[in-house]
Amino acid sequence: MTGKQPYVGQALDSPHAFTLAPGPTKHTQYPYVTGTSVLGIKYKDGVLIAADTAGSYGSTVRYKSVERLKTCGKHCLIGASGEISDFQQILSYVDKLILNDYMWDDGNNLSPRDIHNYLTRIMYNKRNSFDPLWNTLVIGGVKNGEKYLGVVTMIGVHYEDNHVASGFGNHLARPIFRDEWHENMTLEEGIQLLEKALTVLFYRDRSAINKVQVANITAEGINISEPYALKTNWDYKAFKNPTAGAVGSW
Amino acid sequence: MFRNQYDTDVTTWSPAGRLHQVEYAMEAVKQGSAAIGLRSKTHVVLATVNKASSELLSHQKKLFKIDNHIGIAMAGLTADGRVLSRYMRSECINHNFIYESPLPVGRLVVKVADKAQVCTQRSWKRPYGVGLLVAGTDETGPHLYQNCPSGNYFEYQAFAIGSRSQAAKTYLERKYETFMECTKEQLIRHALFAVKESLQEEELTSSNCGLAIVGIDDKFEILDQKKLQAYIDSLEDATKEEPAPADEEPAHVEEAAALLTRESSGGVEIPADGDGPAPMET
Repeated sequence: MTGKQPYVGQALDSPHAFTLAPGPTKHTQYPYVTGTSVLGIKYKDGVLIAADTAGSYGSTVRYKSVERLKTCGKHCLIGASGEISDFQQILSYVDKLILNDYMWDDGNNLSPRDIHNYLTRIMYNKRNSFDPLWNTLVIGGVKNGEKYLGVVTMIGVHYEDNHVASGFGNHLARPIFRDEWHENMTLEEGIQLLEKALTVLFYRDRSAINKVQVANITAEGINISEPYALKTNWDYKAFKNPTAGAVGSW
Repeated sequence: MFRNQYDTDVTTWSPAGRLHQVEYAMEAVKQGSAAIGLRSKTHVVLATVNKASSELLSHQKKLFKIDNHIGIAMAGLTADGRVLSRYMRSECINHNFIYESPLPVGRLVVKVADKAQVCTQRSWKRPYGVGLLVAGTDETGPHLYQNCPSGNYFEYQAFAIGSRSQAAKTYLERKYETFMECTKEQLIRHALFAVKESLQEEELTSSNCGLAIVGIDDKFEILDQKKLQAYIDSLEDATKEEPAPADEEPAHVEEAAALLTRESSGGVEIPADGDGPAPMET
């Protein structure tokens, strides 16, 4: 030993301290396979959440049957846009949470608000570790007659509203919701409104496809529809002659 | 001084299958002045007997608010009780931070019981010398639990712990079937009558008892002296009109008939009446 003071991390029989790999710790800081917008609205009997089933690899729509709506306990559903593998990680957190809650077997169980706040804590913590989960999550549910609809983003921003949307939906779907949403919408009206917004997204968002799922959460339970196709119409003048308003060199 | 050779540390079994140190901790609860709890469909009331060992001394605080929906009453070593109450407060606040909702009462009680149980199984620790009555509400309604130094916990309709708690228990056992339908005020009156039983000779005043209430729609509140005195005064008015409930036929019901259900985790079963050490002020 040299005359130096020994320190934690120093191998006892070596004058050299062991070192970690050089450079800072690196995390995945960019998304790879992503899902686009998730939409959610409250309606008369509960909450509706909708999303398409696309998984994009960059700008390539690489996977077309990715289910981005998942139930979470008896009262709650999560819809995710953003990095698909991060969503799968979040689902494993949530499954663990729900299982632990179930194991108490004491008549108490987590409300959508509990789960929303729990996810907010996780998202914000991961962001502060410079290792964000690259998602915007929509959390919807009904418990004890109370409808709940909230959002949490990859940086931990969270809010509740009567209608919500993530990603492109914020720009394309929410203006429609603001005009047409009202508190006493029936199930049919609600689904119609969502399908309208999804169709607009399909037309204008390159990552959106017209294969969608709509989930209905009521006091009775949760029902996620099988994926189905939206009817589309390409006969609009602007679609037929896309360069009419923007003359280019070709 | 020692009862036998098997009581010098917590983790040593006696041949009879008992843990004497744990039983001594249970004994400490019996030495402390009484704490009483009872519940209706909507409320839980906690009451305590406060003893000051000197005229110049204020009494030891025995009722603690844990959160808006939970409070405790303690009997035994209040110093240990304060440690547990700080733990309970921090559990509640952490739960609230993570879930933005109140911690279910039963879950808090289990956490405290688990903490107490560890002390019965580690040679370098000592059991908590305090018994807790935990009152609270959650989405499954109002609850009254008892936590023991042994790591056991029980849920009750009504219960009393501490010195001379048998008198209060006898009162509660005689009346508990009516408690479920009681109003908040009626419940408080029953609690004060039960305290009176434990006081025996002494007169019931707002300075020798404490009272707290929590309900489904009412936050946990420890009554101040003024409010408490008003209840005590109304009590005396009522007793003049009708014979005091204590004068009814002397029923000596089996101990803990009011025991509701539920028992869990490790620890030992303690006989109700053991011959413990000399009285100790706590």
